Amino acid sequence: MASAYQIIEHEYDVVVVGAGGAGLRATMGMAAAGLKTACISKVFPTRSHTVAAQGGISAALGNMGQDDWRWHMYDTVKGSDWLGDQDAIEYMCREAIPAVIELEHFGVPFSRTEEGKIYQRAFGGMTKNFGKEAAQRTCAAADRTGHAILHTLYQQSLKYETEFFIEYFALDLIMEDGECRGVMAWNLADGSLHRFRSHQVVLATGGYGRAYFSATSAHTCTGDGGGMVLRAGLPLQDMEFVQFHPTGIYGSGCLITEGSRGEGGYLVNSKGERFMERYAPSAKDLASRDVVSRAMTIEIREGRGTGPKNDHIFLHLDHLDPKILHERLPGISESARIFAGVDVTKQPIPVLPTVHYNMGGIPTNYWGEVVTLKDGNPDTVVPGLMAIGEAACVSVHGANRLGSNSLIDLVVFGRAAAIQAARTVKPGAAHKNVSSGVEDAIVSRFDRLRNSNGGTGTAQIRDKMQRTMQNNCAVFRTGEVLEEGVKLIAEVNAMVPDLKVTDRSLVWNSDLVETLELENLLGQATVTMNAAANRKESRGAHAREDFPNRDDQEWMKHTLTWLDGKAQTKIDYRPVHTYTLTKDIEYIAPKARVY
Amino acid sequence: MAEFTLPKNSKVKEGVTHKAPAGTKNIRRFRVYRWNQDDGQNPHVDTYEVDMDACGPMVLDALIKIKNEIDPTLTFRRSCREGVCGSCAMNIDGTNTLACTKACEDVSGDVKIYPLPHLPVIKDLVPDLTNFYAQYASIKPWMQTQSPAPSRERLQSEEERKEIDGLYECIMCACCSTSCPSYWWNGDRYLGPAILLQAYRWIADSRDEMAGERLDDLEDPFRLYRCHTIMNCAKTCPKGLNPAKAIAEIKQLMVQRRG
Repeated sequence: MASAYQIIEHEYDVVVVGAGGAGLRATMGMAAAGLKTACISKVFPTRSHTVAAQGGISAALGNMGQDDWRWHMYDTVKGSDWLGDQDAIEYMCREAIPAVIELEHFGVPFSRTEEGKIYQRAFGGMTKNFGKEAAQRTCAAADRTGHAILHTLYQQSLKYETEFFIEYFALDLIMEDGECRGVMAWNLADGSLHRFRSHQVVLATGGYGRAYFSATSAHTCTGDGGGMVLRAGLPLQDMEFVQFHPTGIYGSGCLITEGSRGEGGYLVNSKGERFMERYAPSAKDLASRDVVSRAMTIEIREGRGTGPKNDHIFLHLDHLDPKILHERLPGISESARIFAGVDVTKQPIPVLPTVHYNMGGIPTNYWGEVVTLKDGNPDTVVPGLMAIGEAACVSVHGANRLGSNSLIDLVVFGRAAAIQAARTVKPGAAHKNVSSGVEDAIVSRFDRLRNSNGGTGTAQIRDKMQRTMQNNCAVFRTGEVLEEGVKLIAEVNAMVPDLKVTDRSLVWNSDLVETLELENLLGQATVTMNAAANRKESRGAHAREDFPNRDDQEWMKHTLTWLDGKAQTKIDYRPVHTYTLTKDIEYIAPKARVY
Repeated sequence: MAEFTLPKNSKVKEGVTHKAPAGTKNIRRFRVYRWNQDDGQNPHVDTYEVDMDACGPMVLDALIKIKNEIDPTLTFRRSCREGVCGSCAMNIDGTNTLACTKACEDVSGDVKIYPLPHLPVIKDLVPDLTNFYAQYASIKPWMQTQSPAPSRERLQSEEERKEIDGLYECIMCACCSTSCPSYWWNGDRYLGPAILLQAYRWIADSRDEMAGERLDDLEDPFRLYRCHTIMNCAKTCPKGLNPAKAIAEIKQLMVQRRG
């Protein structure tokens, strides 16, 4: 089969798949460390979804009042509902401070305080003194922080003359003897296939938000790395934890940053009531995202939604000084005008909880090395494979991520992966053999999908998957609804053999791209639904109405889910790391989570 | 002997029409440029009749609906669908813009969609931006300093930071450059409005210490001075930026330093 396609061979020390914030930071660091580095991306780097991050990047700089990385760590552990690994969380919160300073030195155009320092705003769940009062910890470039960071990291990668393979779609990992020896990719511009052999493959492919019907995520957020990992026979971790952002614009799902509430915005129901005061008396509108999304859902369910159908909530910014809106929130003012027809200085924005982030992903240690459960060892490193960013589950976000902790995750662990690769990879070392059967299987799958000649288009199958996830794996879940979801997702999987791809060409065949993406999405949707049905407790973003309480005795553990070729799942567990990295902070013991 | 007709394979022909199902009430016609290097045919314009009662408001919504329900071979770039990634830049109703933020109702009559003008086409609405990206890299668009970095952030006053507002927001969609007649003629040597806006973004940043060298690099009859203040760039920018103003600022700095 492989002989039917022209395959171009490349050899690199490391190959990074994905050019968002994590991928670019890793690529840059690896190239700077003298490793021969390639970065493969299906989109031009500045089109990656990091560009859409708005509110900011968390780091206890203390520019706007006293701060301490330990407080940041406490907030992150509490936000994670004690499912986060505290060694990794300590690493992230400590390293956050130099990481943001480094970004500033790279040229990120942060907004400024009167003294000329980096401006920091309040964000959900970010507090001082272990939960005592709101902290201003989220470093912002207006409400375009992701754009500012992504462009800057791309600029830095130009400085280091990184080798990019842009608009190359990664097909599958080259796995042999349980280790990763490279990755196969398809060049959209000329239709050629490429074999990248490398000592480390770093998956920085982002989340799989498009498994749902309504998401803030870009169309390209199809979790391609997670899909490849499942096909390689490795597990994904904590996939039942899907974050709904409280403020997606009603209808389009476009994001309105939590920073809008950080700057003083608030939510009201149809009675004009600031209902968050009832659900989170202390933090109110700045409670963590899972809490706010649930409160909004309850308000709507109980008939207090806004609008003619009582099916959404209003976000008010119209009481804020127009100068603040103009300086600090220009991007969302524009989005609200374009996508909701709203002038934020005069009218509220109609919003709805919308799928936003995947806490789950490819399990890794805090150096970015992919781990799996093997022979009873839950921290067995998979040789040759790393994962970072939203694609990975380190796990620093546990059951619920705090706003502005994703951008810091990208740069801290992108950098950590580069440090670890520099330690473990010998530049120019000889590559191990890959047997022809491995490559053949990858090309065969590609060819089979390209020539799919059934009766059901990619878009039809995708639509059924997205609606199933939206209906059966939402903000609130019950055993009954999830079991139905498991059946429905199995039905979607059963549609795949009848797939039809209309475009047969190799150059920019976006019909085939969407089909490959669908397979990646569907694997993760299947795993998500099954893991959600399996976890019989409520923790963070996973809210079971039939099991309303957190059960630390039984469930303070990471779910690992494998998927076989017949779309059947297998579940096992890894323990949560209940220890910190250093003696600078004690393990933060679980307690009730109130905001 | 000068050739006065276009080469045979460059003529854009009338393509196929995909009719809406009978009984569709609210029909809108989308006329879309198609070209596939594999099929040996001339470029052509296909017509798609779309049921607007079951379609989102933006041109991108209509394109996605066409791809999902009518013709899966239709090819275009798209990603964020909220006007920040710059993928879906194309020529709609005669103007370069982002399909995701252009409302169908803001177009009168048939919605005519072509790739960004004066770029090689790879397929349908996907142009080749290689030269554009190479020009971006050529201006060294990263912060350059000589003084050692402090242990904390470099300080920048609020006023200094304001100098790069209207510049750093560029999303590199190439709408402006491909709307510029001067760039159409001299795109190989003239940097064009998008890249010059980026060049000025670094000159204007108080933290960058290489303004002189950056100006030296631009002091060239083609790289900078092919801007003839036609202003299409400012008119077309989907983010409301003004590249022409940035270019004027660069030219002014050139004059100032000559004394």
